[in-house]
Amino acid sequence: MALSGLDIYKLLPKTNCRECGFVTCLAFAMQLAKKGVSLDKCPHLSDEAKSKLQASSLPPIKLITIGEGEKRLEIGNETVLFRHEEKFHHPCGLGFIIEDSEADEQIKKKLEKISQLKFERIGQQLEVDLIAVKQTKDSKRFQEVVKLVSQNSGFSLILMCNDPGILKEVLPAVAAKKPLIHGANAENVNDIGKLAKEFKAPVVVCSKGLDDIADLTKALSSQGAEDLVLDTGVKSVKEKIWELTQIRRLALKKSNRSFGYPILISIDAKDPYEEIMEAATYIAKYAGIILLKSIENWQVLSLLTLRQNIYTDPQKPLQIEPKLYQIGQASDKSPLLITTNFSLSYYTVLGEVEASKIPAHILSVDTEGMSVLTAWAAEKFTPEKIVDSLNKAHAKEAVSHNKLIIPGYVAVMSGDLEEKSGCQIIVGPKEAAGIPSFLKNL
Amino acid sequence: MAQELMLEKWSSAISVVNIGATKEEGGSRSKVIKVGGQATLPFLFPEGSIPNKPVIAFEIWDSAPMDWPDTLKQPFADVLNDPLKWAKKCVDDFKAELLCLKLQGAHPDSGDKKPDDEAELVERILKTVDVPLVILGCGDDAKDNLVLPACSEAAKGECCLIGSAVQDNYKTLVAAVLADGHNIVAESPIDINIAKQLNILISDMGLSVERIVIDPTIGALGYGLEYAYSIMERARLAALSGDKMMACPFICKVGQEAWRAKEAKAKMTEFPAWGPEAERGIAWEAITATALIQSGADILVMRHPAAIEKVNKYIDNLMTNDKIPMSK
Ligand code: SF4
Repeated sequence: MALSGLDIYKLLPKTNCRECGFVTCLAFAMQLAKKGVSLDKCPHLSDEAKSKLQASSLPPIKLITIGEGEKRLEIGNETVLFRHEEKFHHPCGLGFIIEDSEADEQIKKKLEKISQLKFERIGQQLEVDLIAVKQTKDSKRFQEVVKLVSQNSGFSLILMCNDPGILKEVLPAVAAKKPLIHGANAENVNDIGKLAKEFKAPVVVCSKGLDDIADLTKALSSQGAEDLVLDTGVKSVKEKIWELTQIRRLALKKSNRSFGYPILISIDAKDPYEEIMEAATYIAKYAGIILLKSIENWQVLSLLTLRQNIYTDPQKPLQIEPKLYQIGQASDKSPLLITTNFSLSYYTVLGEVEASKIPAHILSVDTEGMSVLTAWAAEKFTPEKIVDSLNKAHAKEAVSHNKLIIPGYVAVMSGDLEEKSGCQIIVGPKEAAGIPSFLKNL
Repeated sequence: MAQELMLEKWSSAISVVNIGATKEEGGSRSKVIKVGGQATLPFLFPEGSIPNKPVIAFEIWDSAPMDWPDTLKQPFADVLNDPLKWAKKCVDDFKAELLCLKLQGAHPDSGDKKPDDEAELVERILKTVDVPLVILGCGDDAKDNLVLPACSEAAKGECCLIGSAVQDNYKTLVAAVLADGHNIVAESPIDINIAKQLNILISDMGLSVERIVIDPTIGALGYGLEYAYSIMERARLAALSGDKMMACPFICKVGQEAWRAKEAKAKMTEFPAWGPEAERGIAWEAITATALIQSGADILVMRHPAAIEKVNKYIDNLMTNDKIPMSK
């Protein structure tokens, strides 16, 4: 956790020798807290102070990279417990478990299906990230399946195997892909630690609960295996919520380094709805990786959408390009509606216009991603701005009726907008839900 | 070695709202539904008590819904035209604990039903089923101000939950609810300050804040869910830290929002990559509910019986008595 200027001051020599270029140690401490100066400018730091100050500048939850190239997954480096405090930074990885007991043909079919799980929503491409190969057979079969999966898909890999002997045989072929080893437990921690170091692979710490995490993570990092992911095993949802919350709190609020890693969860529910409801819970509550067994499109679409929602930056709402959009077979007779370029406003209006089955034009005005009322209050959705957008998009030329429909919430600007735009202003409904009946009665 | 944990010490708890009145309490419901009372964040059992589970209210309408997709109409196909049969089906076949009567047909654009007729309907529903009732107006302020007081009076003594009071139209409903002994839904447009302000206005009229349920105005999965999600988290943090005016349970109109989403409605023939609409619609409603339960929802107004069944099972699993081992 970041130290305050005063916390830092307590660690300094307090001699005010000025060698750092500051008049006092306190002044230096204040700058350091703001990251305005580097630590090594003070030549008189004790080793203890140095290590404390260095540690405090590390992120409390380590950023872990799995896989390589464009498709690599980065998780961790989270800074808050609640998304409104800042934002959740690295969307959790979603993946599927494939067992080596499955037939090759079946595995290929699954890979094919998984690779087609791509969806575009609100201008973003949503995709799954990982495939975990689970070892249940001998080393030879595990190697075959790992090879099959890594050759037939571009996803980042997880090797689910806790036998160091087997891992040693499989790792040379795939180490370059930076797979995640799953994992280290009390029995194999030393051997797995060595392998992780040798092959520079991240490792999952498989603990029974919260009590044995610190011992395992310390054992691994002392061996030089420092890219870790935590897994506390299959448990009831409420127990899982408790553990996830504790791990996040200990890492962020107690600066406990042993807990400062992302968390992996395998879902074990049989029912396909239960499976996604559990997964949804962990998307909201701090998971770094979620592994599923079933692969239905509707399951994955709903989970990727939730991930998109939860990981949206609350300070920077999703925006769309401000321009004129044609909905359906819009002609010059079709109505022209005006809204903001806040994605949600636009897509809500769009949804209702589509539902009305009446072709229309929608002009999205550049409000810097603010919703109608917020933008109006902030003077980003004013008659001037709207006229500006109308001109830029040549919207008036797209219709022959010279009428504009504005959101009901900004009815007060009608007169002013009428004057400035030279168009007839029609006040639409306050809520988008009223659009279909409004358009039908137009 | 046992790991030292990090427990928050909350100074306050969410208020408990009782919905429904039994014979002893002057009503005719078979039981009372209690919501709220949490002394910690959602499901952090070792940290504080969570006396009441989130409950699902089956949404029924006073008139057959025109714009519901087939997936949603199908389970109720035989009763959509008859609110009494619809109510009975929810209770008898789907074991509903709570019903939410939406008076959509009172809207000037969709039926313009008369206040007297709606009041009579409320009376008849209360005679047909014995579960507690939530009553929601059509959303047209002027019309709701005529319809809701009539319904409130018709349900006098049954301790319903009636809504919605909004910032610029709350007085009529508050007066009716006060006179007839009900609870009120206070609806704010995804805005924590308005939510608080409205609660202050309502309690200034003499209706205690313990009889208010907040509707934070949710968006569906993919349609702004995260706004209400964070508003609810913020409100809960404020409430647990002692802000009495925020310490109300939440009601979330999950069904209404989820089933407006294209992803819930569209046929697979239109979007092959999305998978079959039957499962997808149910999933959309269930996942919207799941996320909101995790940010503090107390009452979820839902539509599809299959989604309700799944969410109920999820809630039951969360609320089982078995203790979370504090350290293992
Ligand atoms: S160099 Fe170090 S000891 Fe000297 S004034 Fe700066 S902070 Fe203080």
